[in-house]
Amino acid sequence: MKSPARRTSYGVKGAPYAHPSPTALERARSAPYFFLIPASLLFLLFFALPIGYAVWLSFRKVRVSGLGLGAGAREEVWAGLENYTGALSDSELLGGALRVLGYGCIVVPVMLGLALLFALMLDSEKVRLTPFTRLAIFLPYAIPGVVAALLWGFLYLPDVSPFHFVLDRLGLPQPDLLDGGPLYLALSNIAVWGGTGFNMIVIYTALRAIPAEVYEAARLDGATPLQIALRIKIPMVAPSLVLTFFFSIIATLQVFNEPTTLKPLTNSVSTTWSPLMKVYQDAFGNGDIHAAAAQATLIALATLVLSFGFLRAANRRNKQEAAR
Amino acid sequence: MPYTKRRRLVSSAVAVALGATALAACGSSSDDGETQAGPVSLTYWTWAPGMDKVVDLWNEGPGKKERITVTVKKQASGDTLVTKILTAHKAGKAPDLVQAEYQALPTLVSNDALADIADSVEDAKGEFAEGVWQQTTLGTDAVYAVPQDIGPMMFYYREDLFKEYGLSVPATWEEFAETARKLKKAAPDKDLTTFSANDSGLFAGLAQQAGARWWTTSGDKWKVGINDDATRKVAEFWGGLVEEGAVDNQPMYTPAWNKALNTGKQIAWVSAVWAPGTLTTAAPDTKGKWAMAPLPQWNEGESSTGSWGGSSTAVTTDSGHKEAAAKFAAWLNTDADALNALAKESGIYPASTSAQLSGAFAGPPEYFSNQPDFYEKAAGIAKTTAPSAWGPNVNVAYTTFKDAFGAAAKNKSDFTAALDTMQQDTVADLKKQGFGVAE
Repeated sequence: MKSPARRTSYGVKGAPYAHPSPTALERARSAPYFFLIPASLLFLLFFALPIGYAVWLSFRKVRVSGLGLGAGAREEVWAGLENYTGALSDSELLGGALRVLGYGCIVVPVMLGLALLFALMLDSEKVRLTPFTRLAIFLPYAIPGVVAALLWGFLYLPDVSPFHFVLDRLGLPQPDLLDGGPLYLALSNIAVWGGTGFNMIVIYTALRAIPAEVYEAARLDGATPLQIALRIKIPMVAPSLVLTFFFSIIATLQVFNEPTTLKPLTNSVSTTWSPLMKVYQDAFGNGDIHAAAAQATLIALATLVLSFGFLRAANRRNKQEAAR
Repeated sequence: MPYTKRRRLVSSAVAVALGATALAACGSSSDDGETQAGPVSLTYWTWAPGMDKVVDLWNEGPGKKERITVTVKKQASGDTLVTKILTAHKAGKAPDLVQAEYQALPTLVSNDALADIADSVEDAKGEFAEGVWQQTTLGTDAVYAVPQDIGPMMFYYREDLFKEYGLSVPATWEEFAETARKLKKAAPDKDLTTFSANDSGLFAGLAQQAGARWWTTSGDKWKVGINDDATRKVAEFWGGLVEEGAVDNQPMYTPAWNKALNTGKQIAWVSAVWAPGTLTTAAPDTKGKWAMAPLPQWNEGESSTGSWGGSSTAVTTDSGHKEAAAKFAAWLNTDADALNALAKESGIYPASTSAQLSGAFAGPPEYFSNQPDFYEKAAGIAKTTAPSAWGPNVNVAYTTFKDAFGAAAKNKSDFTAALDTMQQDTVADLKKQGFGVAE
């Protein structure tokens, strides 16, 4: 594809590439749009349209008259912002947001901290069995969230947990992990266990991409491995850290699997523990898709603001540092 | 009483012996006059396991004759199916037939999803207890479904452990509380049972036994009585037991609960007629050690029970062949062979009174081989089921129950406060939707 001579061989039949006809030129100009059609169509059909429909639903509601029995007792009417004011003044949704915030404050730092630590350790030259260790840490990510939550749920339940059995035998106190404050730790643990491997791989890949010369220069300057890690490796993988942080925020806001799976095991997790559980309950339990649509829209907006706000802040800092 | 029982047994035995011939004969004798305008095919949404095999009986028997073919589409159970039916109905594409729990019928009817099939199934009425049939009419002249299975509530207990601890089977709830305390004193690490907040149907059934009427109508307004005196009595009773620690407060259907039943940590269970199936999987090691008795009563000498579970077969308004669908629904829930197959394949306890002692129910369930008269007793208890009163937003009440009572059980706090929350949320939801609500 580098020499014009080779190009002509791929040219349109009988028309050498060097002398294109006007129609061929036009065709060439419209070609990119032509190639964009499938993607745009799919985007419109399966992304923009459903979102638009959800937003439309969120401005409507069902009004029942009288006993609501029989035909014509129900009609869908315009609700304006009613569903939104309802969602914003709903103490359960707010409570769910706060619970998820508390959960996120544990999950995100612990998970990313561990991921960074493991990535740095794997990258250091002294570690043996790297491929095996890497796989072992990554493996939990391959286990579906629901299965992971079930597994951990069994381990948490006092009456069937092997940990409780051992603690009992040793005469030590056995904490109830499915209640109060420990519940947050129990839920966070499932997320950390499942997510650390994925984040570690992202950071580790970035570490492997750092040219060896940089390390060589550092070593010649007399830097210790710890100094290399702190002063060179971490700053150089900062973009991946930002990326993993971004993913983690989104995953935290959308937490659903773990609390939903643990819910039947304990009285401490309500049906509306996290915002998404509230949306699910309203849509499929209570059959109010309009309120659910409004809440879903609000959660999407919050996710957008939080995650992109963070990305922007991170970019600004990077630019400032580059300017210095 | 013994006479009728024997007669039922004989007639059912005859029916079983005649098998498919009897079934084919039935089909031809009753419907000769009617002609269908061509082959009809119906879709049926159900969650009952093995229903496809039961439906095959229809498709190869009476269905073939009348050229009505039914196709089963297996569904998830309970509330999610209600939502699914309503969504499909919105698009005008609901299946012809659906399985629906009794408490979901008002919700479905209020969405105009269920057809009135009174004309087609009037003959079936006599097959069912009045209280059961009444749930499918919603107190109107219309009939919205044919009852399929019922779940009359009973008291299950470990016979051997009751003997060991010197406990007697409680006949009243007062005695039930005494039994719980007595056990706690004798064996502090054991519990008579648990108050579980993760299945609202249990509490609804207990309230029903006490005479609660959660939803009633006056004129064109709904009246919600979730915190009425009867339910308050039930809530106070269980709240008191949980608070003093006489019973456990952990949810049922967890691995821990299975273990508690299997190891004798919990020695009784307030449940319904389907309990043998649950116990078979939850407590396999204690097979043959359990016994069933009627539910304790609120006043001595009374005999009344609630229902927990049970469902019906309904025809949707979207169906293009409502009459054919209703015919199938009636066959499925009243025909002896169909009911036999339902018992065998799906493990249901039939709503049809004649089937309650025949076929699969002639002997006790395998798990209760020590109680030969299990189903005779069950049929007797089923007759004492108190009437129930469901409304158009049972789902909301049920969700609030789980959250409010779950928290109250966990904190061992006031159950009546949780009951008031349930009442308020249910009323608020009705009002929000625009229903007429009487204060």
